[in-house]
Amino acid sequence: MKRNVAYLGMYLALALICSYVESLIPFYFGIPGVKLGLTNIVVVLLLYTLGAKEAFLVSVVRIILAGFLFGNPFSILYSLSGGALSFLAMYVLKRTEKLKVVTVSVAGGVMHNTGQLIMAALVVENYHILYYIPVLLTAGFITGFFIGILSQEIILRIGNRI
Amino acid sequence: MNRRFGKTDFIVLAVVFAVLVFAVIFTAFKRKQGEFVVISLDGEVYREVPLEKDQEIEIKKEGITINVLDIREGKADMRKASCPDKLCVRQKPVSKSGESIVCLPNKVVVEVKGEAKGDFDSIAR
Ligand SMILES: [Zn+2]
Repeated sequence: MKRNVAYLGMYLALALICSYVESLIPFYFGIPGVKLGLTNIVVVLLLYTLGAKEAFLVSVVRIILAGFLFGNPFSILYSLSGGALSFLAMYVLKRTEKLKVVTVSVAGGVMHNTGQLIMAALVVENYHILYYIPVLLTAGFITGFFIGILSQEIILRIGNRI
Repeated sequence: MNRRFGKTDFIVLAVVFAVLVFAVIFTAFKRKQGEFVVISLDGEVYREVPLEKDQEIEIKKEGITINVLDIREGKADMRKASCPDKLCVRQKPVSKSGESIVCLPNKVVVEVKGEAKGDFDSIAR
């Protein structure tokens, strides 16, 4: 665990950088505050190298810190529901051991945006914004796909050393 | 190939992607120039305004203007807002049925509804 603390710190820093980059990318699909989900790369890497507990911990701490640094209370709320749903989907799929990193990451990306959208609909008490589901889920798919390929390469190359 | 991409992965990804792309294309085709906007505040309908007529709408809460919506050439655009993030102001104007502008901090939703008939579409452009 002692060794892990240093790694967790590094991952957290990496996740915060991703959050910052993400906050600079305009991504408006009718719902302000919805994020692309680039930080999922850190969750995927952690899930496959250190473990589920560590992945969850870094994910939650990252969301709260990033919310205070680059966001607002709403972005914390969105990110939390997106992050939780995404983590759950990836955790369950990984445990089946039937799918590769890419697919697990895509599921994470899609569920990340689903979670954000559900929270947005609850916050504004208007379910018509669910109209943006197809576009948002496709965006989540594409983000998750590229994150998955990147993570896969990282895990295959240096995964055993982390 | 094997370590990166299994057969199951390929099938799952291909099916999900096909469904999503189909849904995107389907909704894109369904998009028609809207007829009016429904403005809601705190989850309740505040006002309905036709897109036909150019006008400026002040959205008020307890007598104070919180958002200003501009309707011009068949499009609705959030011109001003009292919210801290101003994301609603930065959003592109909406005109197609089903599109919306959301101001989360003020809990304002502007949603395009209905379908404009006949030559209104050409007027809008
Ligand atoms: Zn606003």
